[in-house]
Amino acid sequence: MKKGVMRPGHVQIRVLDMDEAVKHYTDLLGLIETDRDDQGRVYLKAWTEVDKFSVVLVQADEPGCDFMGFKVVDEAALNQLEKDLVDYGVEVEQVPAEELKDCGRRVRFTVPSGHAFELYADKKYTGKWGVSSVNPEAWPRGLQGMKAVRFDHCLFYGPELAAVYDIFVNVLGFHLAEQVLDPEGTRVAQFLTVSMKEHDVAFIHHEEKGKFHHASFYLDTWEAVLRAADLISMTDTSIDIGPTRHGLTHGQTIYFFDPSGNRNEVFCGGDYHYPDHKPVTWKAEDLGKAIFYHDRVLNERFLTVLT
Amino acid sequence: MGRGFQVTNRTTGDSFACGDGQSVLKAMEQQGFKCVPVGCRGGGCGYCKIKVVEGDFECGKMSKAHVPPEAIEQGEVLACRIYPLTDLIIECLPQPAAGLASKQTTTKALR
Ligand code: FES
Ligand SMILES: [Fe+2]
Repeated sequence: MKKGVMRPGHVQIRVLDMDEAVKHYTDLLGLIETDRDDQGRVYLKAWTEVDKFSVVLVQADEPGCDFMGFKVVDEAALNQLEKDLVDYGVEVEQVPAEELKDCGRRVRFTVPSGHAFELYADKKYTGKWGVSSVNPEAWPRGLQGMKAVRFDHCLFYGPELAAVYDIFVNVLGFHLAEQVLDPEGTRVAQFLTVSMKEHDVAFIHHEEKGKFHHASFYLDTWEAVLRAADLISMTDTSIDIGPTRHGLTHGQTIYFFDPSGNRNEVFCGGDYHYPDHKPVTWKAEDLGKAIFYHDRVLNERFLTVLT
Repeated sequence: MGRGFQVTNRTTGDSFACGDGQSVLKAMEQQGFKCVPVGCRGGGCGYCKIKVVEGDFECGKMSKAHVPPEAIEQGEVLACRIYPLTDLIIECLPQPAAGLASKQTTTKALR
């Protein structure tokens, strides 16, 4: 956070069928639709988020993730980070204010793993959904499905993890919270944070560039994760794995797919990270336990099924 | 389940019934067969790609990255997104995705 990058702010997800996708992200995940634009994109947020949207759905021929955006503390920090990226040799693209409704200008860049990220300083502040900012009640009534608390992080698959690490850590001020090292000492997974969370974004090595593994949403309790699992069965939603616990981050989790095949996660718990913490290391030989702490074996699907 | 169609995988020899409006992948999973890899079940990941060598079917939405229009003409489609209209004969395709899996942990040095 010392460079001014504050937190994950949004993710734009491509879907094959908008109506099915909106139903999934609202009725099942419990996000709230806050707007639509003339490109047909649908804007959603989780109830505790203070800005207008965190998830943008766009209809496309192939699913996946267009970009993930991070909010920075202010315009001065945005200017400085933009300059730092350019000085580091990263090509940046200007996305004008209002290209996403009620969002300020965005600085977009693609990292060597093939994933696009954005920085922005301004987005319309709408406050938490359904509760007042004065004497707020504990939670709002009328939430649907899993009642997702917030958009939390994304996991991406792609090559060149070392080069991606350099940009996130050296230029953007992220910390390495957890890693997986292969027997030669090469980092094949990196979990990066700008906060006290175990990860705000994560990467796993994969030969093909630009693949999307999942977008993750936070829930309060293990009970809520079990309830999410119940809802996945009730709605006959495609499940990947869980409920279970990760070794990496120690979060309690369940994975499932949206109707276009993009993976979603809801999770709770997990470790915390301060800037003086050294990275936690998992050995690639123990990847099964690192990813699925109880089964201690990987399901092939977790490593190969991507959008 | 109403009137069903028979789906036969000629690569593995497995054969199972598929109900009206049911996807081939779902029918396979429900009856405990494992002759087609199961991924997202949403037409997005390409994991369940098969070739239909005989029979008619309807298609749901599929990722163009995995099923470009030329592929559909060849009968190369996603089992999670096809709904039989007649009995089908299918075959497995080589799995390009699976080859990458092993590289997750045996990657060459990046630095
Ligand atoms: S299982 Fe993913 S496309 Fe069929
Ligand atoms: Fe996750």
